[in-house]
Amino acid sequence: MAAAAASSARPSSAVPASVSPVSERRHVVAVIGNPNTGKTTLFNALTGLTQHTGNYPGVTVESAVGEFTVEGTHFLAVDLPGTYSLAPRAPDEMIAVKVLLGLGEGVQAPDVVLCVLDATNLDRNLYLLTQVLEIGRPVVVALTMSDLAHKLGIIIDIAELEKRLGVSVVPVQANKRIGLPALRQALNKAARAPHHFRSLIGFPTAFTHEVDTLAQSFPQTNGHSPLPRFLIERLLIDAGGSIEAELTQQWGAGIRAQTEAARARLAEAGVPVPQVEVDSRYHWITQLVETTIRQPLTTAQTWTDRIDQVVTHKVWGLAVFLVTMAITFQTIFSWAVPVMDGIDALFKAVGTRVGDLLSEGPLRSLVVDGLIGGVGAVIVFVPQIAILFGLIALLEDSGYMARAAFLMDRVMASFGLSGRSFIPLLSSFACAVPGIMSTRSIDNRRDRIATILIAPLMSCSARLPVYVLLISAFIPARTVWGIVGLQGLTLFAMYLIGLTLAPPIAFVLKRTILHGEPVPFLLELPPFKVPAWRVVLFRMYDRSWAFLRRAGTIILATTVLVWALSYYPNQNRVTEEFQARRATASAEERAHLDSEEAGARLRESFLGQAGRLIEPIVQPLGWDWKIGMATLASFPAREVIIAALGTIYNLGSDQKEGSVELRGAMQAERWPDGRPVYTPVVALSLMVFFALCCQCGATLATIKRETGSWGYAVFTFTYMTGLAYLGALAVYQIGSRLV
Amino acid sequence: MERTLADLQPNEAGRIRCIAGTDGLSQRLAELGFTLGQTVRVVRFAPLGDPMQIHIRGFNIALRRTEARRIVLDPL
Repeated sequence: MAAAAASSARPSSAVPASVSPVSERRHVVAVIGNPNTGKTTLFNALTGLTQHTGNYPGVTVESAVGEFTVEGTHFLAVDLPGTYSLAPRAPDEMIAVKVLLGLGEGVQAPDVVLCVLDATNLDRNLYLLTQVLEIGRPVVVALTMSDLAHKLGIIIDIAELEKRLGVSVVPVQANKRIGLPALRQALNKAARAPHHFRSLIGFPTAFTHEVDTLAQSFPQTNGHSPLPRFLIERLLIDAGGSIEAELTQQWGAGIRAQTEAARARLAEAGVPVPQVEVDSRYHWITQLVETTIRQPLTTAQTWTDRIDQVVTHKVWGLAVFLVTMAITFQTIFSWAVPVMDGIDALFKAVGTRVGDLLSEGPLRSLVVDGLIGGVGAVIVFVPQIAILFGLIALLEDSGYMARAAFLMDRVMASFGLSGRSFIPLLSSFACAVPGIMSTRSIDNRRDRIATILIAPLMSCSARLPVYVLLISAFIPARTVWGIVGLQGLTLFAMYLIGLTLAPPIAFVLKRTILHGEPVPFLLELPPFKVPAWRVVLFRMYDRSWAFLRRAGTIILATTVLVWALSYYPNQNRVTEEFQARRATASAEERAHLDSEEAGARLRESFLGQAGRLIEPIVQPLGWDWKIGMATLASFPAREVIIAALGTIYNLGSDQKEGSVELRGAMQAERWPDGRPVYTPVVALSLMVFFALCCQCGATLATIKRETGSWGYAVFTFTYMTGLAYLGALAVYQIGSRLV
Repeated sequence: MERTLADLQPNEAGRIRCIAGTDGLSQRLAELGFTLGQTVRVVRFAPLGDPMQIHIRGFNIALRRTEARRIVLDPL
């Protein structure tokens, strides 16, 4: 918020839209509202499939962006995060204020602000509106939930409300497409209106006087303060808020001293901040509501109350919760599998067909293993993402999600998170990619990042084949303590490792790199309703497409890179050697030569060389260079280790975790001195490494996408690799001394 | 001893006398409608004892006990 940028943004924002030719200009609509007002549903209905995740012009934070046209005029709509007030206390709340005021380099102030109000909850929703009006941009109000308000006996005099607020108020039912044309018309009309600073609230004179004085303390340009009055008011009201921090940084500590003195004077005069703002606004709102809204005096027991008695009950509530979570988990964990196997088979078949058309050589290998394999590696995530987000949309739109967070908050709070982190973490047991994507419902950014950083520790379904292969080959099928199978116990232990380490890690993160002012846990429990299928379907489509577009390219690039590392540099020599051997081989030998050639190629590749290079590092874990190399090869996607081991042991890459051949080859593997390479302890050390390591390019790409920075992706990769190494080291060093 | 919102039993109500503190939390609570003189009612506690469901101004919101303790009440 540089002074120059702020003052240069003002003249342009003061120019009425009619100055430039309207038909050529694109109007910007900023959409703002409380959480749970149906804002996103309305946004989707307004913009339809033009919607995508993008940046607001000049602001580097992702938000939903979409377009629509009214009578030939083009509109760009931007969905701002749901908020109860415009008193910023965190960077992402500051963004909304900057966008609305058009502050900062290249930030275009919106031509019109669409403020979404919940008709069943007008008191609290009007609070935000009174602040938005003071920004001084043209405003249109969309009144959602008016059907529900009608059912509750709430009667709103819309004409009177419009008169008192001085803006258009349009009742809408977005999921039924009711009121949308009227809303578009109102936006189109308002966007052309001249705008001016407007306050409906009568603040005490002592307060307005202090705002005037504080405005004078900034260097004046042409007799005017360089900052909008709204900012000065916020500076005065929000002690310890983002605006105080930014203005102090920019204009010096003198500003803070003057602000604090002004606050002290106000407290002495009996109008302390922040109370004076809240009281003045709610006083005005109460008067407005008295004349425009008729509410039934006694509130009868609603359906929501009756459902809540069950779903938040000490016994029934927990039972409903467990069943809901079990179904959610089962759906993404097992029901997505046939579709995923189908996708896998399809891409293998396409690869084989295309491979037959190309001649042997680097091009064929690149197309089949690199490109087609890479695209398959991206698309295989879509079923889980679509299913999980369909379920989440159902849970959220019905109102149950807030109850789930209410039930689980106590557990999550004990390690510094909130109930909202539960579903993302549970989903991560199936796959961290949709799990991380679902953290968007966590409103507190620091909680959200902490959840993202620990989500990959949950043992995902891609780790299961690795556990199955190693357990079936090296953990004796014995029974311990009379009833428990040792193999099953080992599998359970693998799931437990991440689960036990995640809470202390979240705890430490919240106290170190994610430290900050504690944010209150304010969880609204909205009325239950029947979910709208449009909302559910759109969510499934939108999330899957977002994943394909943004994470997909990174995953594809990594797959091609690993292909190159495992193919080059020595392919010519290997090809020649095997051509010579094929010429002299018998028919039976020839059948095995393809697998042997692939093995030789991999051992000679950059990856093979790297495997030998890191052998001293992996030896303390009990691994030989082949295990080290297979682990390296599986960094982009951990399940690749099975194909990699298959190739290394000359069995070909077409191996499954249940393969008897692969199991046999691993059991037969020996060190040069004749000791077996794989012992139960080595198998455990390898499994612990896989349980803790973030060997998943898709997860890292998703972390980058969701946090907006590579920093958190690099951090996750580093801490998890470190943890995995130490864990495997401890298992081998301690285990090999015990056995 | 001042009686706070955290001290109420389910289905007990009170009138807000003041909100303790001048930090971000007290401001957030006030913005949500926890204003002086407003009636608040505890609906229930979560099965594990925390957070608690509060009814105010016609809507339901969950607060943790540590937050509810900020809200000082007068009897109705």
